[in-house]
Amino acid sequence: MSVDFKAVPRLAGGYRFQWEEAQQNHVLLYPEGMVQLSDTAAAVLSLCDGKRTVEAIVAQLEEDYETEGLDEDVTQFLMEAEAQGWVKYG
Amino acid sequence: MAKIPPPLWLLAEVTHSCPLQCPYCSNPLQLVPKKDELDTEGWLKVLHQARKMGAAQLGFSGGEPLVRKDLEVLIAEARKLGYYSNLITSGVGMDAARVEKFRELGLDHIQVSFQADDATLNDYLAGTHAFQHKLDMARAVKASGYPMVLCFVIHRQNTDRVAQMLDLAAELQADYVELATTQFEGWALANRDHLLPTLEQVREAERVAHHYQEKLKGKMKIYYVVPDYYENRPKACVAGWGKVFLAVAPDGLVLPCHSARSLPNLELHNVRDHDLAWIWYESKAFNYFRGEDWMKEPCRTCDEREKDFGGCHCQAFKLTGDPTNADPTCAKSPHHHLIEQAIDTTRLNPNSSKPLLFRKRQNNSNLS
Ligand code: SF4
Ligand code: SF4
Repeated sequence: MSVDFKAVPRLAGGYRFQWEEAQQNHVLLYPEGMVQLSDTAAAVLSLCDGKRTVEAIVAQLEEDYETEGLDEDVTQFLMEAEAQGWVKYG
Repeated sequence: MAKIPPPLWLLAEVTHSCPLQCPYCSNPLQLVPKKDELDTEGWLKVLHQARKMGAAQLGFSGGEPLVRKDLEVLIAEARKLGYYSNLITSGVGMDAARVEKFRELGLDHIQVSFQADDATLNDYLAGTHAFQHKLDMARAVKASGYPMVLCFVIHRQNTDRVAQMLDLAAELQADYVELATTQFEGWALANRDHLLPTLEQVREAERVAHHYQEKLKGKMKIYYVVPDYYENRPKACVAGWGKVFLAVAPDGLVLPCHSARSLPNLELHNVRDHDLAWIWYESKAFNYFRGEDWMKEPCRTCDEREKDFGGCHCQAFKLTGDPTNADPTCAKSPHHHLIEQAIDTTRLNPNSSKPLLFRKRQNNSNLS
């Protein structure tokens, strides 16, 4: 599996991404389940809005974190997220 | 003791009324009468209080939750509060328009349960004609943009048809299928002689489930869990008493596990009288099996106690008379022979002479 920089990721149907005050954590909710997300995972998922390309997500994060070379981290996470069924393309 | 975590899962058993009569139902034999149910205000209060404490997953179940005319109101409020809400239903009591309405109001997921893969067996087990409608509702759920999540409750009477169930699910283009093994509580326990599968059946169902998991990988997700009677280890009931899970019964009684009503000497409280937070954090009932102080041997010194917390206390009570005993499905339990006996009975005598007890209010009195 690899990630196409021009592809547009979005959350898969049935998944909801949100901040949980009681857990002080971002979580991903799905039918009868929930995962707590790391800060990095949350940052990427919050940008998987079905509009931005992978390229745009990387650029946005690099700007937000005032850093460079995040493409590895982002694609790594997106591959995992796709394998888990959290994220779909198109 | 370590700090008590907040609940994450709220199960709202909004009613015990149900148009179906499944003999494998895990509801208590003493069903809560309709007149004792919490009203809309009562349920809204429950939703608010639990959300404030941290519950994020919400299940509407019963009985049949669709019987409640105010389900729409509860769903809308749940969405507003930020719950992820799941409707656990037989499908009887909705049509395509009601599904569409739920979708608009922000319900997140609908799970439709089937009794079997064909009309005759399905409707026999349900005690009513429901099969065709279930098919229609499974399709309606998917048509309105939800993932299609199906649940087949399996037991001796239908477990030989797991392949056909999965074929049906594939034909319907289900996204998830749960092959839920009957939990022997409530009505299911009363009917255990009819419902407990044999070892051969369990192994065969497992084989078939794995075969389909491979075959349909990436298309349909299949969940199958071996029944605890055949596992030699208990299930970690509700992921640990008072840790993540909270159920509210139709009459407002707050339960650490949905069959806790059956436990003796457990002083349960009602949301009509107490705040949910007090019940969760302070009440004796919720603290009763928290931690490990309550444990006896063999659990007390067992190196697996962090995995299953001693199993199901309701099962321990029902079968051994003492809820602080190890769950007898555990091979280390001194009462494990009770499970072996039940398994033997099933093997030697697959056609029980007792009548099958259908779940309906009139049948409460046929017991004891
Ligand atoms: S198991 Fe059957 S009888 Fe029990 S609540 Fe569910 S649909 Fe109704
Ligand atoms: S002895 Fe108790 S803690 Fe150990 S595996 Fe059995 S039920 Fe679980």
